[in-house]
Amino acid sequence: MSVNVRIPTILRTYTGGAAEVTAEGATLAEVVEDLEANHTGIRARLLDDAGKLRRFVNVYVNDDDVRFADGLGTATPDGAGVSIIPAVAGGC
Amino acid sequence: MAVQTAASAAPAPTAGPGPAVDLGPAVALSCRECGARAPLGPSFACTECFGPLEVAYDLPGGDPEELRRRIESGPTSIWRYAPLLPVPADAASHPGLHPGWTRLVRADNLAAELGITGGLHVKDDSGNPTHSFKDRVVAIAVEAARTFGFTTLSCSSTGNLAGAVGAAAARAGLRSCVFIPHDLEAGKVVMAAVYGGELVAIEGSYDDVNRFCSELIGDPAGEGWGFVNVNLRPYYAEGSKTLAYEICEQLGWRIPDQLVVPVASGSQLTKIDKGLRELIALGLVEDRPYRIFAAQATGCSPVAAAYKAGHDVVRPVRPDTIAKSLAIGNPADGPYVLDIARRTGGAVEDVSDAEVVDAIRLLARTEGVFAETAGGVTVGVLRKLLEQGVLDPAAETVVLNTGDGLKTLDAVAGSGPTATIRPTLASFREAGLA
Repeated sequence: MSVNVRIPTILRTYTGGAAEVTAEGATLAEVVEDLEANHTGIRARLLDDAGKLRRFVNVYVNDDDVRFADGLGTATPDGAGVSIIPAVAGGC
Repeated sequence: MAVQTAASAAPAPTAGPGPAVDLGPAVALSCRECGARAPLGPSFACTECFGPLEVAYDLPGGDPEELRRRIESGPTSIWRYAPLLPVPADAASHPGLHPGWTRLVRADNLAAELGITGGLHVKDDSGNPTHSFKDRVVAIAVEAARTFGFTTLSCSSTGNLAGAVGAAAARAGLRSCVFIPHDLEAGKVVMAAVYGGELVAIEGSYDDVNRFCSELIGDPAGEGWGFVNVNLRPYYAEGSKTLAYEICEQLGWRIPDQLVVPVASGSQLTKIDKGLRELIALGLVEDRPYRIFAAQATGCSPVAAAYKAGHDVVRPVRPDTIAKSLAIGNPADGPYVLDIARRTGGAVEDVSDAEVVDAIRLLARTEGVFAETAGGVTVGVLRKLLEQGVLDPAAETVVLNTGDGLKTLDAVAGSGPTATIRPTLASFREAGLA
């Protein structure tokens, strides 16, 4: 399963400046492992010491927030787009 | 009293395309999660843990009386607090909307109706130039945008912010391009568009708009853009501290016992708490306990749900409420709201859309203040917490109205003439009005 991963600015030091990279994996957890294999250090930025997604990291698979799906267990079909975005907000 | 600047208190920052950074007492950016520091610049997320960056200060020390006098003799706007904000010392001389110093309305009629005996005030931020508290935060962001050399001002918005950015950009001579969900209230859309900047409606929720803007920042298409609530967010958010400053100064330099604050992202509430703690640290107010209560609409109440469940993480929801300015399903500062409510002995509560509308009418009927839906949420939660015995009726209380009811007319669309009559006395009598 090959997916396209959009990389936020603050993680591009790990991808040689690339804004988008490809990765392999049938689930988001596998995609993160594959990212780590090719871009050492990126996993620790995304996951905490317990191996969970950090609370200020938002990840979308094909426009769906993985927190509404299965988190790191969310399926990543072949050709899917994965976006990693720091949490921000507006409103009050 | 000298205000230490970044240049004298910290190594020269390197981030930002503009000239050397002078943002008054601001010395660095600091991660709220892990404490890592970053130089002052247009950054918003920690490179170590993705946590939110906020402004760290070297605030003025010395005699509190002297600082109080200096503030009191300052402009009748947020710029009276410039020594406590991340802005150049001469911010008040720049073209801008000069927001703030809005009314603190003594609400005796509402207090009597609700059974409050300790005193009740409404901080009415509908009196700002674009009729919401957003003018405060945008004014700070504009100073940061100038400092970092941005020429386009932008934001993702639930409506109020779009208008505030458009107006502030017009005054400051900047280009603006703002993004909103496609289904906002008509009043907010018109108000966002009228200032002449570009207004882009996105087919999706606010959270979708927010996500789009985050991606735009990382793309060459967003180069040179200052998104007030994304890459300028650490500065922008500090503007909400001025609500705390003003409330205390208007009460005679006193912290109220209880505050009821609306929560969307949770940013405003966390900054009000920060502002209160700064006033205490500077000796400007007495160090006494205060309780902060957070108010949400039930149709978008992820923080209230987490509070009631005893959780310290907030599970995102898909919003469905008339209180669109609070319709943020994934609140970035939600965990901090939980911390503050628990630390101060407050609470997080929510009210239904029907209760919001009822509270808008209640505030208008008793105090002549026409609140937007977010104000209906805070007044509704005030009433609910009193009924539950959670809020102390004998304690001095301040409730926030963050926007003007004219922006959300649909919420009270049932309001209209008591009667429609012919222009005759007979018709007047027939209608039972005599």
